[in-house]
Amino acid sequence: MLVFLIRRLSQSLVVLLVMSFLVFVGVFAIGDPVELLVSPDADQFERARVIRDLGLDRPLWEQYGVFLLQSLKGDLGNSFVFNQPALQLILERMPATLELAFAAVIIAIVIGIPLGMVAGLRPHAWYSRMIMSVSILGFSLPTFWVGLMMIMLFAVMLGWLPASGRGETVDLLGVPVSFLSEDGLRHLLLPAINLALFKVSLVIRLTRAGMRENMLMDYVKFAYAKGLSHGRVIFVHVLKNILVPIVTVVGLELGNVIAFAVVTESIFAWPGMGKLLIDSIYRLDRPIVVAYLMITVLMFILINLIVDILYSVLDPRVRIADVKS
Amino acid sequence: MSSTVETALPNAPVIADEPIPPPQTPFRRFVSDFLESKLAVLGLIVFAITLVIAVLAPWISPQNPYDLQQLDIMNGKLPPGAMDMDETMTFLLGTDDQGRDLLSGIFYGLRISLFVGVASAFISLLIGGALGLFSAYAGGRWDSFLMRVVDLQLSFPAILIALILLAVLGQGIDKVIVALVVTQWAYYARTVRGSALVERGKEYIEAAHCLALGTRRIIFRHLFPNCLPPLIVVVTMRIAYAIMLEATLSFLGIGLPITEPSLGLLIATGFEYMLSGYYWISFFPGVALLVTIVSINLVGDHMRDILNPRLQR
Amino acid sequence: MKKLVGLLATAAAAAAFAATAWSAEVKVGLSSEPTAMDPHYHNIGPNNMLSTAVFDRLVAQDEKQNKKPGLAESWTQLAPNVWEFKLRKGVKWHDGSPFTAADVKFTMERAGNVPNSPSSFKLFTGVLSEVEVVDDHTVRMKTKDAFPLMPDYMSVIIIVSKKHGEGATTNDYNSGKAMIGTGPFKFVEWVKGDRMVYTKNPDYWGPKPEWDKVTVKPVADNAARVAALLAGDVDLIDFPSPSDIPNLKKNANISLAQVQSNRLIYLHYDTNRDKSPFIFDKSGKQLEKNPLKDVNVRKAMSLSINRKAIAERIMEGLAVPSGQLMPPEVLGAVPDLKPDPFDLNRAKKLLKDAGWGDGFKITIHGPNNRYINDEKVTQAVAQMLTRAGIQTDVVTMPSGPFFSKGSALEFSLLLVGWSSGTGEPSDPLRALVSTYNKETGLGATNRGRYSNPALDKTIADSLKAPSREEWVRLSQEATKVAMADYGIIPLYFQVNVWAMRKGLDYVARADEYTQIQDIRSKK
Repeated sequence: MLVFLIRRLSQSLVVLLVMSFLVFVGVFAIGDPVELLVSPDADQFERARVIRDLGLDRPLWEQYGVFLLQSLKGDLGNSFVFNQPALQLILERMPATLELAFAAVIIAIVIGIPLGMVAGLRPHAWYSRMIMSVSILGFSLPTFWVGLMMIMLFAVMLGWLPASGRGETVDLLGVPVSFLSEDGLRHLLLPAINLALFKVSLVIRLTRAGMRENMLMDYVKFAYAKGLSHGRVIFVHVLKNILVPIVTVVGLELGNVIAFAVVTESIFAWPGMGKLLIDSIYRLDRPIVVAYLMITVLMFILINLIVDILYSVLDPRVRIADVKS
Repeated sequence: MSSTVETALPNAPVIADEPIPPPQTPFRRFVSDFLESKLAVLGLIVFAITLVIAVLAPWISPQNPYDLQQLDIMNGKLPPGAMDMDETMTFLLGTDDQGRDLLSGIFYGLRISLFVGVASAFISLLIGGALGLFSAYAGGRWDSFLMRVVDLQLSFPAILIALILLAVLGQGIDKVIVALVVTQWAYYARTVRGSALVERGKEYIEAAHCLALGTRRIIFRHLFPNCLPPLIVVVTMRIAYAIMLEATLSFLGIGLPITEPSLGLLIATGFEYMLSGYYWISFFPGVALLVTIVSINLVGDHMRDILNPRLQR
Repeated sequence: MKKLVGLLATAAAAAAFAATAWSAEVKVGLSSEPTAMDPHYHNIGPNNMLSTAVFDRLVAQDEKQNKKPGLAESWTQLAPNVWEFKLRKGVKWHDGSPFTAADVKFTMERAGNVPNSPSSFKLFTGVLSEVEVVDDHTVRMKTKDAFPLMPDYMSVIIIVSKKHGEGATTNDYNSGKAMIGTGPFKFVEWVKGDRMVYTKNPDYWGPKPEWDKVTVKPVADNAARVAALLAGDVDLIDFPSPSDIPNLKKNANISLAQVQSNRLIYLHYDTNRDKSPFIFDKSGKQLEKNPLKDVNVRKAMSLSINRKAIAERIMEGLAVPSGQLMPPEVLGAVPDLKPDPFDLNRAKKLLKDAGWGDGFKITIHGPNNRYINDEKVTQAVAQMLTRAGIQTDVVTMPSGPFFSKGSALEFSLLLVGWSSGTGEPSDPLRALVSTYNKETGLGATNRGRYSNPALDKTIADSLKAPSREEWVRLSQEATKVAMADYGIIPLYFQVNVWAMRKGLDYVARADEYTQIQDIRSKK
């Protein structure tokens, strides 16, 4: 176990190093941030001063070296635009994104599992076919398009829900969240559904496939033979079996949801870190882009690690050493 | 061919070309299973039509929408059915803001969207497939190293990689394809490796080894064809995903050049005009994109059901 | 479809507005967010415009950027290099302490020297050689040479309190600790990416603010911002996209305010090098001889552009064709300099006479997320040049790579915009058409490296003119020379639009600023 952890962590470190370098060089190659930062009427002296202040006059390898040394101390550099620690700027916005992502995942599960179960139980019924056909729409429609359509319909034409922003937030254990106030909840609904759409289809599909496979298995036949009621077989025995893989996949997809939040956040003006990333890429604010990716990678590594460990705990047949390495 | 070997093997431990006449070849069974779903057949027909349109676009379009000399902004935003200024040409589906005939724009856009989707899928397939096969066949250190890289790649959200990559590379069809390949090859590598590992353990491969066939021959003549079914499904679904991703990237302003719009870009530019009543600029390309992706997904989805061995009836 | 959308939108909007109509709070949706609250941290529009709600300047700018008294009641030029400002008496900071000349002196020291500023006000404070406090309400600004533009420069620098500003960092302003101004609104909070909140300052020396509370939300996406207005989330937005204007005009619950801006959209081109990276012959081979060095070719390009069509078709009427750097009514601009007419035949003839009858190939580069409809206009310009015989390819990109490549001289022809913070033509004359010179700081944004020594001299003289009158004469002369020589091709001025719910009133501003203190209810 310890050996596994150590090996895993050292691998992650290498990954972080490679990532930071690639992104560092990548953003450097896009263009010169000073061109966007300075007021257009600034003269050459002013431009030279800004370049010097930001340390951009030094060679790339030196800039990267400084960055590495600083990051060992937990300092990922200051944003070019805001002149504040990039880490702090991202962490400030992280709760908003996480809330949105979790809300989307919960919606996906709450809608997806029942529909998937129905479709899996009666695969040839007309309503099952309909569920499946409609779910194809879920991953055929571009997120940005659906988001804009939803704003048109529910905010502009019907006026039921607000079109953008986060609304009122309440502090929960020191973290601002919106789902505890009515206003916040109303603001959360549209973007969360928009983000969930893709995942709803995924959950429906996973559930249906799991249902169909499990219904053919021996333990189900035994359960019926024992005289258990239909409902008990389905909701206790089968559901328990299909839930584990679904939760695993959805857990692993969380990272993807957070990434796709970039699009949703732009459309709904949701003040999360995805929006910050897009803005920073456009503004060539390298420290923020690098820090964002480092944090995301770290999050992925952690999620994967937790899933692997959980798996070995839940399923004794899988020994840690066998998992993926 | 090798599939026949596979079905024959359990009954015939001795390698021989014993004529056990199968009642149906797997391919025929596949076709008849496929035809069972009317929706999937419809999907296939529609997809075939879009393919034909995409291929023939330069010959069936009323106008070359990418030739700036043929456009005139004085013809901009005309409703469907309107004539141009010289009254020589009718715009069946109207024009966009640059005076581009939308019907031609959609035909050409379809061509680009499909090209981007198909090309990126096949290049990823080549690269990812080769690596996956190699990984499964070589095993050991190579395998664990390659799969580590694949895990890593898959743990990165495709859209983020594409975003940064395109920001660095700039706009262009070739660049979008590069970005899509970089984000997608790992899917193929993993799928191919997975099914190759399963197949490798089977008796027919052992048998091939016993026959002392060359490694390359075993990989490509025996192993690879048997990994194909799950791959076909992945390819179809990934083509659809690639088209959608390209549309999203173009929407964010970093995909394709505005002068040669794909369907996604037509939708994105036209969307601004939604609230102003010029609905056709975004609506018709939207329908075209939707129909294309849904038809591909219908086909892929049904094929997955058929090819899933655990659901074989 | 069209009618249905309109009808539903109207009904929904009416319901939404009824509820908020008479509350004393107003919500504003803006296309951009400031990078800091510190008024001296970053010299860019989004920061400067919101600073005017909490702070004041010595000289204020009206909606046309004409200068009017602010914290200074009057100013006079005592000598060519000495300006005296008489300060307003009885003005109090938000904490109750009085405003004096010491605050002005402190401000002039701080404004150009904020650590790590991504674009400082040094540009303006740098001309000052001495700030002399004569008494509590009199300040003299001295410069080394004669300087005619002092009131203009003083109209961009925000005056902060010495008491709260001494030792204050940018973070102290962001958190609100140092955000003590003299302005009509008091600062409450800034939640980054989400909102800025202000409350009224009932003791304001000028026109009393109308709203108890103002919330400003950044909504960058154009469609989303209009949707937020229609849905009643916000009461006023800036920069609705031109394509939405016709529909907003028809909407009975929405009113619009618009004015011609001073943001010029123009073409810049490589007039300096013999071999330019994106100029080719018809077969695609790079040309050894740069046709753009010939003023007649440049003139032909200008004549082949149908500015009116761009204004009407692409910009939905929200553009005013232009023939110079600043709108003609601005002080220092040329009142009777008209834009070039659209004359395809003359353009073709000029090209032919210049020896380019067969035309040539060029690529135009433009940004795709910087100006209103920038990508579409770039495409339209290419269309028009192609029709004149100059076969033009289009490449657009996000502003990040666009401006850095543009300034690295990697383009041959580019579409760019310019807006003057001080609202007078010395600004574009210096930066765009002066010869690039690192020693003098001139031509910093001259991305075509256009160079005309006679013009340079006129511009330099105008900046040292002993009087305002002389400055006006010289800068008009410089403008005429630069335009006759086609140093750049001016296309049009953008029209700034604000959309708001019925019952509100906003005086549209030429400088694109949304000043929350100017939002009023209709009487």
